[in-house]
Amino acid sequence: MSLVNYAAREITCKIVYYGPGRSGKTSNLHYIYDQVPGDRRGSMVSLATQTDRTLFFDFLPLDLGPISGFTTRFQLYTVPGQVYYATTRKLVLQGADGVVFVADSQRRQIDENVESMQDLHANLAEQGIDARNVPLVIQYNKQDLPRELILDVDTLDDALNFRGVPYHAGDALRGTGVFETLRSISELVLRRLSSTTAPSVAVGR
Amino acid sequence: MSVLLDGRFRFDNYVVGASNRLAVAAGRAVAESPGASYNPLFIYSASGLGKTHLIGAIGFAAKQLQPELVVEYVPLDDFVDRLHIAISSGHVEAFKQLYQRVDLLLIDDVQFLTGRRETQSEMLRIFNALQGSGRQIVMASDRPPAEIDDVDERLVTRLAGGLIVDIGLPEYETRVAILRNKCVERELSFADGVLEELARMPCGSIRELQGALNRLAAHEALGERLAAANVRSIVAAGRVTPTQSRIIPNASDEFAGFVSDIAVAVAQHVESWRVRLGERIAHWQAAGYRTTMLERALSLTEEADVEALDAAFATGVARLEQLEAQAVLLDPRLAGLDVFRDPQCVAEAEARVEQAIAAQDPPPGPWPAFTLETLIAGKSNQLALRAAEAAIEAPGARYNPLFVHGGPGVGKTHMVHAVGNALRRKAALSGPVACVSGSQFVDELIVALQEGTVDKWRARYRTAGALIVDDVHALAGKERSQEELFHLFNALHSAGKQVVLASDRPPSEIGELEARLRSRFDGGLVVAIQPPDRALREALYSRMLLDRAPGAEQGVAALLAELPVSGAAEVESVIDRVMHSARAAGGAVTLSLVRRELNPGGAATPASVPAIADKSFLDLEKVVMDWPDLEGRVIEELR
Repeated sequence: MSLVNYAAREITCKIVYYGPGRSGKTSNLHYIYDQVPGDRRGSMVSLATQTDRTLFFDFLPLDLGPISGFTTRFQLYTVPGQVYYATTRKLVLQGADGVVFVADSQRRQIDENVESMQDLHANLAEQGIDARNVPLVIQYNKQDLPRELILDVDTLDDALNFRGVPYHAGDALRGTGVFETLRSISELVLRRLSSTTAPSVAVGR
Repeated sequence: MSVLLDGRFRFDNYVVGASNRLAVAAGRAVAESPGASYNPLFIYSASGLGKTHLIGAIGFAAKQLQPELVVEYVPLDDFVDRLHIAISSGHVEAFKQLYQRVDLLLIDDVQFLTGRRETQSEMLRIFNALQGSGRQIVMASDRPPAEIDDVDERLVTRLAGGLIVDIGLPEYETRVAILRNKCVERELSFADGVLEELARMPCGSIRELQGALNRLAAHEALGERLAAANVRSIVAAGRVTPTQSRIIPNASDEFAGFVSDIAVAVAQHVESWRVRLGERIAHWQAAGYRTTMLERALSLTEEADVEALDAAFATGVARLEQLEAQAVLLDPRLAGLDVFRDPQCVAEAEARVEQAIAAQDPPPGPWPAFTLETLIAGKSNQLALRAAEAAIEAPGARYNPLFVHGGPGVGKTHMVHAVGNALRRKAALSGPVACVSGSQFVDELIVALQEGTVDKWRARYRTAGALIVDDVHALAGKERSQEELFHLFNALHSAGKQVVLASDRPPSEIGELEARLRSRFDGGLVVAIQPPDRALREALYSRMLLDRAPGAEQGVAALLAELPVSGAAEVESVIDRVMHSARAAGGAVTLSLVRRELNPGGAATPASVPAIADKSFLDLEKVVMDWPDLEGRVIEELR
């Protein structure tokens, strides 16, 4: 997969939603899916367990139509957040043009967030990718929960955003911050169109 | 000023929403500094979504900002009409000049270019002239450039070379804003909720929306106060045909906004040269060519010269087409070979054609009778022989070229043909051994020139695994032959193939030989074959006598060898004379007969063979004719 194919006049972006289990990655995709006009979205593939946790991954293809003469497609993936699905996470991460890290704002989930962020960096490093070169946006989800249950965005940012990447507060169930996050990561990814030297997460790309 | 530029269409009465934000931003940039940012600007959308309004606004705003600017709005149909009038009245030049003085050219309905070849070529010229002088072009169409059928590829490239923006269907808020604007413009007023209800109805274009508004206005004019609840029934009743709604039911504004932002990001980050290059790659790929050469340029970080790259590629393609046609004539099985599909492989394709030619008509080879085994070695030719053996052992590696020179009959021809035969037996040689005399080379070239088959003639030699040219001095003064030999020499020499040349004199003494050839000949090993020495002469006489007079008296060969000769030909003529005399005398070849023949005056011994006790003085080669001077002797002693 390549980001831009000038010969075929196609732009294809693979964006992976990463984060700890139950942080709201699939909710992000569901919200986007619901907002996309029927002719622009492919069928959302969701492999989930009976208890509604993502077992493998979700996949949402979006057809943005012709943009500046390019057929533009976005492919949104989520990784399974549960620790024991490490292999699937690595597979899904391969070839990603950008990563959205969906953090769970709940106070008690802070360790899971940190662990997942470390896992992301470890997986990137394993694929020989310098994490500093991969477009990354953080979404602090569940900011709609009662104040006493969550950490505020600044605290979360101090704990997780050591690279100073763009971040958004979110409420994926109601859609707050969902498109802002998607827009933000998309712009970072598209910026690479004019800097072709930047490596991607792909192996052998 | 055109009606369109009279101020009715302005930016401030153009409602901007997510669907047209990019197009308006680009339009404003163009109006503010024509020719500087996006040139050409290509705006497309379905009918009735505001293209014409937008290009009118661009023209009006540009004129407001710079009143001296020459702005021209022309729908394509008008352009075509004007062109036809200009052609029929013989004023095509004036027509071109008219457009070439325009600073901002706005062309509407560009989709009507389909199939109009003459208009396309005229437009291409005008575009080149305008863009070359930094003037701005803005176009509007109902489809993107790549989807306008039957348009010259070069024109499509031009159209797509700047910025292409599309205008989507307006979302609800934009529709409400448009309706409110129209009401203000036309001094209409409706009850609360009417316009909002109208905006909620599906519609395919702003024109349709405007039509629906007109219908409501007409009802109002009848004195009927409309309520929001009545809007749908009134508007639906007015629709004669079912609308081909392009509005997506429940289309999300959030998603539309996202798409619009992505469009801005793409427009910012997609570099136009890459787009142009991508189009050329697609074009050549569709034509069946491998485009690795162009694809490499896509990965460059610096802007590549797309036009130059494309021109180079096109030249390569043209050459490949030519070569393939030539190859197919020789062997139809060569059609469609991979080497004819990649302009990077022109050299390989040329080699392939040359092989095909050579397979049909191989170059002349060495004469089989001349072999190294039949070559008598002696002091006079030993240097040349060793060099020849080295060339045979490692063709092209040691003495390349090997230039052998010597007087007539010293065995040059024998030697070079023998080298040819030995090389021919070498399995490692990549092609046939071409062995040709200088005069034959010239004659063949003349015939090829007469028949127009120089390429084919040349190709015969280019495929050779080794080249041998005997009597190369025959090329003296033959400029074209020398040029051909020069290129042939370079091609073979650079490919590591052995070249052997023979002449009656060293390169430096061949008159009217181009310096470039002379220096190349000198660049290898130039070696002389001396006239045969006494030992060699005796060996030659012995062999000839064995063939022609097996009963000859012992010592005849030695006696004949006393007489210096210039070469093998002279040896043969001496034998002829002796044989003739022997036949006349009716006897065998005896020593006395030979003495008489060599000394017809009746003296006991020939003058040139004095009866001297020490026979070594008989050999001219052992007589020092010029003593070295003092300096030479000192050097000799030092050695």
